[in-house]
Amino acid sequence: MSGSTAAEPWIRRSANPKLDRVMVTPEGVSLNVTVAAAGARAGALALDIIIILGLIFLVTIAGLMLLWGLGVAVDGNLENASGPLQLLAVLWIISVFLFRNAYFLYFELGDRAATWGKRAVGIRVAARDGGRLTAEAVIARNIVRDVELFLPLVFLTSGEASGSMTDLTAWAGFLWVLMFLLFPLFNRDRLRGGDVIAGTWVIENVKKNLGDIVAPSAANLSDDGTAMVTRYQFSDDDLSVYGEYELQTLENVLRSDQNEALQKVAESICQKIGWEPGSGDERVFLEAYYTALRARLERSMKFGKRRKDKFSPHE
Amino acid sequence: MSAAVLRSDRFRLEREADWMRLEDIVTKMEKGKSRRLSDDDVLALPTLYRTLLSSLSIARENSLDAGLIDYLEGLALRSYFLVYGTQTSLGRWLGSFFSGGWSRAVRAIQLDVWIALFVMIAGVGVGYILVAGDSDWFYALVPGSYADVRVPGATEEALRGTLFGAQDKGGLGMFAAFLFSNNAQVAILAFALGFAFAIPSILLLIHNMALLGAMLWVFAQRGLTVDFIGWLSIHGTTELFAILLAGAAGIHVGRSIAFPGKRSHLKAASDAGKRAALVMTGVIVMLICAGLLEGFARQLIDNTAGRFAVGGAMLLLWLLYFIGFGRERRSPEA
Repeated sequence: MSGSTAAEPWIRRSANPKLDRVMVTPEGVSLNVTVAAAGARAGALALDIIIILGLIFLVTIAGLMLLWGLGVAVDGNLENASGPLQLLAVLWIISVFLFRNAYFLYFELGDRAATWGKRAVGIRVAARDGGRLTAEAVIARNIVRDVELFLPLVFLTSGEASGSMTDLTAWAGFLWVLMFLLFPLFNRDRLRGGDVIAGTWVIENVKKNLGDIVAPSAANLSDDGTAMVTRYQFSDDDLSVYGEYELQTLENVLRSDQNEALQKVAESICQKIGWEPGSGDERVFLEAYYTALRARLERSMKFGKRRKDKFSPHE
Repeated sequence: MSAAVLRSDRFRLEREADWMRLEDIVTKMEKGKSRRLSDDDVLALPTLYRTLLSSLSIARENSLDAGLIDYLEGLALRSYFLVYGTQTSLGRWLGSFFSGGWSRAVRAIQLDVWIALFVMIAGVGVGYILVAGDSDWFYALVPGSYADVRVPGATEEALRGTLFGAQDKGGLGMFAAFLFSNNAQVAILAFALGFAFAIPSILLLIHNMALLGAMLWVFAQRGLTVDFIGWLSIHGTTELFAILLAGAAGIHVGRSIAFPGKRSHLKAASDAGKRAALVMTGVIVMLICAGLLEGFARQLIDNTAGRFAVGGAMLLLWLLYFIGFGRERRSPEA
């Protein structure tokens, strides 16, 4: 993936840069995505399993209540049961099967392509090639889940219960589970077996708010009286000490708007460009400097010259 | 605040309203309230999305406002997922599935179906020959719970009793539901094991069919071959067909991973996986039918001719569907 117009590599986008990827939309625009970390996946799965168990539990309770309401005695042997008890047993088996399989299908086919567990941890399923996430893909990734997770669990527990489990089969089953559970850790994109088969991956949701303009006072003042522009005039030399990295650090400081940080940054900038640091006017000074620096960097950007940080050479 | 010093800030102020509108639409859709959107908004979504993408491309080249670019990236990704989301609901997808999607998928993996069929027939042969050579093999092949009275050396009456006269047994529906759940797991296993280069799928097919072959020998010894096949065929034509397709789907995936041709391994796996998933959904449907036939019809129809009739009709039905159905319309994206 080339992604020439993707975000610059020196901008740190997520907690673990190893998980940052570029996905190209059908329009040819590359978008930055972050692959969901293994921990988030495990958390989401645990939540989903708890929810499914909860649903099964609720259905069981509801069935028992119904039985109790109908006054049918439960006499242990379901195989020879008859009437309402049998009907309920059939419904119960079918609903458990549906919960186990259709729960994932229904939610991952929805608009948010995520089960409740995935929504809770803020991740979703997407097609790896940037195309549409198809129903077939969702079905494929969830059929394989059965083998990865539920089957070995059933196998191990039933084998244990019936006592037919030898040490060898127990270990084989354990290895099987382990192999699939750890599979996502052994590939870059954190794909589990089902993701490989279905051509999907699981990525993080993003939700960012549009912040205000970084340096509004610069606009205000210059607009109606140019008081500030006359107060702070920066020469070319004053602006040439910093690059884009410093500009973005300054942006963060301005956005977070904490007096202490403003003061410290103003001081260090003054020191760097050889000005005498004033006091009480840090925010206006920093906004003015930010605006001037950004104007300068954006101008040279138009000519295809970018400056990464203060250590990069001048063009 | 209509004017800004920086050109890139002016660029932002000019387009902000569109972005906000898009964000509003996207947020509503994500919360599942898309029905509350006005028609205007729904129609505007693709346009707003493409405008946003171009804004993003411009911003990346012209603006150093990292917060702004972050916002645009996030919004672009969110709206991308809605514009290119799964556009079918489960119901509509099922419609297209039954009206041809399923049979086309089965025809697409034809070669693997033949391989699976060969493997299954070989499995029956192996089971039969092994037990014929040394009847101790029977106990190795057939798990204890199935065997009860159906063991080598059982009398004809005992064996006949397992085939006929079971209609007084209660809990048929329950039994059917249980069988379905059980068989669905076997089929899913046969498919999903294809992941490991199809070898486990093939082994699983051979093992299950060897069990059948061994059973066949036991009944053949007492001259009950035809009755046994009748007993089996009423649901077996559907069930074995389903397991055949599941195995074929597994082999298809395994074969694509092992021999991807010119595609990358991952691409080959996902292409095959999606095709096989269609087949597998159909397999589940067939197994539901098989479970019902096994639980109800087999116990209710107590003569061999009737059983052959039902089993044969089902087989004919499936073959007609898979060979003939949905043929005239070529799928556009295949």
